[in-house]
Amino acid sequence: MFDSSMIMAILPELMLLILALLVLVMELVWKNENGRKLGWLTAGGLLLVLVVSAFLGKPAEASDVFGGMIRYDSLGFIFKMLFVFGAMLTSLFMMDSEKLGQRGESYILLLVATIGMSFMATAGDLIMLYLAIETTSIPMYILAGFMRDDKKSTEAGLKYLLFGAMTSAIMLYGFSLIFGFTGSTSLTAITSFSLPLAVGVILLIAVGVGFKISLAPFHFWAPDVYEGAPTPISGFLSTASKAAGFAVIMRLFIGLFPSGEYAQMWTLTLAILASLSMTIGNVVALRQSNIKRMLAYSSIAHAGYALVGAVSLSELGVGSVTFYLIAYVMTNLAAFGIVAAFSRVTGSDEISDYAGMSRRNPGLALAMLVAFLSLTGMPPFGGFVAKVFVFAAAVEAGMIWLAIVGVLNSIVGVYYYLTVLKVVYLHRMEGENEAEHPIPLTRPYAIALTVLSVAILLVGVIFGPWFNAASSAALNLF
Amino acid sequence: MTFPILSVIIFTPLVAALIILMMPAERKTEIRMAALLSAIFALALSFWVYLSYDQAAAGYQFVEKYNWLPQFGISLHLGVDGISTPLVLLTGVVMFTGVIISWGIDDRPREFFAFLFILASGVFGVFVALDLFMLFFFYEIAVFPMYLLIAIWGWVKTREYAAMKLTLYLFIGSVIALIGALAMYFNSGMGTFDMLMLETANFSARFQQIWFLPVFMGFAVLGGIFPFHNWSPDGHVAAPTAVSMFHAGVLMKLGAFAALRVGIMLLPLGAKFWSPLILALATVNVVYGAFIAMTQTDLKYMIGFSSVSHMGLVMLGFATLTRDGMTGASVQMFSHGAMTALFFAATGMVYDRAHTRQIPELGGMAKALPYVAVTFIIGGLVSMGMPGFSGFVAEFPIFMGVWQVKPWIAILSALSIVITAAYIMLAIRRTFFGEMPAEFEGHIGPISVMDKVALTLLSAMMITLGVFPGVMVPMVQTGIDNVLRILGGA
Repeated sequence: MFDSSMIMAILPELMLLILALLVLVMELVWKNENGRKLGWLTAGGLLLVLVVSAFLGKPAEASDVFGGMIRYDSLGFIFKMLFVFGAMLTSLFMMDSEKLGQRGESYILLLVATIGMSFMATAGDLIMLYLAIETTSIPMYILAGFMRDDKKSTEAGLKYLLFGAMTSAIMLYGFSLIFGFTGSTSLTAITSFSLPLAVGVILLIAVGVGFKISLAPFHFWAPDVYEGAPTPISGFLSTASKAAGFAVIMRLFIGLFPSGEYAQMWTLTLAILASLSMTIGNVVALRQSNIKRMLAYSSIAHAGYALVGAVSLSELGVGSVTFYLIAYVMTNLAAFGIVAAFSRVTGSDEISDYAGMSRRNPGLALAMLVAFLSLTGMPPFGGFVAKVFVFAAAVEAGMIWLAIVGVLNSIVGVYYYLTVLKVVYLHRMEGENEAEHPIPLTRPYAIALTVLSVAILLVGVIFGPWFNAASSAALNLF
Repeated sequence: MTFPILSVIIFTPLVAALIILMMPAERKTEIRMAALLSAIFALALSFWVYLSYDQAAAGYQFVEKYNWLPQFGISLHLGVDGISTPLVLLTGVVMFTGVIISWGIDDRPREFFAFLFILASGVFGVFVALDLFMLFFFYEIAVFPMYLLIAIWGWVKTREYAAMKLTLYLFIGSVIALIGALAMYFNSGMGTFDMLMLETANFSARFQQIWFLPVFMGFAVLGGIFPFHNWSPDGHVAAPTAVSMFHAGVLMKLGAFAALRVGIMLLPLGAKFWSPLILALATVNVVYGAFIAMTQTDLKYMIGFSSVSHMGLVMLGFATLTRDGMTGASVQMFSHGAMTALFFAATGMVYDRAHTRQIPELGGMAKALPYVAVTFIIGGLVSMGMPGFSGFVAEFPIFMGVWQVKPWIAILSALSIVITAAYIMLAIRRTFFGEMPAEFEGHIGPISVMDKVALTLLSAMMITLGVFPGVMVPMVQTGIDNVLRILGGA
């Protein structure tokens, strides 16, 4: 029964676990002398995980391992790489974040959450899936409320916990319906459905994953949590954690209902939620004065854009969602990283305080330009190609109305992203000389932001290889 | 393999922008020199393309094709024809003159030149792209730096408003056209974005009628077509001189060019169906734009509305779908580009010295700035369509084309020539002649040698084209013949 492919299937998770244990031990060895060492260890370890599993962990063909608990396929592989990448950059951003970076726990929790996400993307069984979701969520609850002395952070942690527990219970109820009526929990074995059951299951699961990806109308937690949580954690929540939710959507919905009237039902449901999400996210983002809240609403909108690809229910659709997420993870990580770097020095997250930033640190302003234009969907950055692909998937699937909703929404997006850039580049600090208030970047920030800016540009210009990788995710779904 | 001249032209400004961004911000002189050198290089290359374009062979030349995303049918397919070759030259010239006009910019010149070059790169890209996806790609690249260029270095009073208005208008237009392009891609069933292949797709008449309007109008927004022209004068006025030159000189051509390339050439039946509407809208542009220009007291607003009027002539020419009209329209793109760049450059020079652009407050500038006055008058003569200047070569065929289709529209729009002559002569008289107001005496310094180079180059091109139409018109006609073949064959 046991063969080496089983190890390969969970190679990244194993390595992440070893890394987490290593961080735990090294924290004791190094004591409190320097928390940044732990950060470098985590980031370096994650880089190693990324490189090793990129070369060794790529599945030749899809298979079910560990008694059907794990599905070893390209979809899982691509997403795992994305999570590890996201965690690596997040650990760099965490390093110089007050308190968060000094403590070993935060890195360990980050690694455990990443393990959970990896299993979310590969779970082949409902039980496994539920465990993976909880393994992801519980560390994230703690991380969101990590700043115990900060009211907002505590509120964020508690809010995230309450909403998360609620929605995960609802989703679990949906799983129990599946098991009750079909007698199986294995995603490959479940086939027969009756209509009323399918409707219920679709709605209940939509609530659960909708929460994960902060899809309207299950988005209410996102602005408060993103605002209150330590900024690097908000970045991680809005990117890797969201991508994991999308992996579950594709595996569950496309896996369980690939065609027929059920397929029409869930695609329509999600299409409506996607347009709702795009509209609410973008319109409410217009009125935000706090940049973290603005990014929270923008990420709600982006969940909508990405979902446009998923509901197209085609290989192009899955490829475009995956591509979108690759571009989005890089872009939004960069955006939150910049916010973290800025507030570390200035102590503020208000958009109006970004005035004069391009004179205080031109490099940081340039990184912000790259990230925000990519969020807007302007070439030559990743966001443009990504948007074109998801809209193309919608047009191909005959959902031109959805593409039009998306297009109109991206116009709304132009306004508020450019408004921020305007403050950064155009406005001046009141009564101060910007040269006397530089924003120094520490090395981890400089490395991480350079990597991300270059990556955003690469995804946007040389999109061929990335799209090939992304569309390989669709290989084993249909 | 031959020298990939077109991709070198596209990437020269882009690479220059990256290099400039990496230079230390304090070294302003080196930054300017780097900008100038790359602009000269791009200008030389675009002259080279223009001179070595083989008119006898016609068709697409200097073609390059690299697969970019094969399973999507996206390739970096580049080539120029008789229509786009003059526009590439125009872009090279405006880029070069724009850099030397902006020599004096002291606020963050590094970012200024970098953004300006990214814009230039996008403009070159659109003119040479033969792949629909790449065309959009470059089109958007050309649009977004405008926002920053206007918002940061623009005229303090209106820059934030104008920059946002412009960006939103153009973005809305382009995404609407994008949906149309995706519809074409999937409807053709050929799985390619290559425009030369899509030309042979034989879309159904109904499909073409539905999608022509969104695609054509989406691009024509950037060409300033009525009723979506409103962003343009505000944008011109708020932009710094070099950006106004780029904006009115080449960016608006981008819209008209893409409307022709994607709208008319890929959806010919749609073009035939909707051409009366486009004719009507363009006529409004021409006449109404000229009237509004006449009522302006701000010199830049006047030129801005005159651009709306002149770009209306371009749209009018294209909408005739006749050989004369379209040839004239293509030449007009070049002529107007040079003319309006000259106008904005000259206006910028006056404004930098007098600190006002209000026509009634100016006067007697010819004494202090004789060179500016002479070139401005040359621009004015082009604008009026005087024989011997490029404006005549462009506008006369347009009216001939319109006459063949709808004589009364030709009569109506020819009215604009009279109005144009009126406001241009009025502006010249009040700005450059008469008594110089006392407060300017002694404050109006001479212009630099570099400024003279820019003005000379632009005027020389207009006069050359006016006196020897043969340097451009036959080339353009080869391009138009190809369009007519598509229109006739469909």
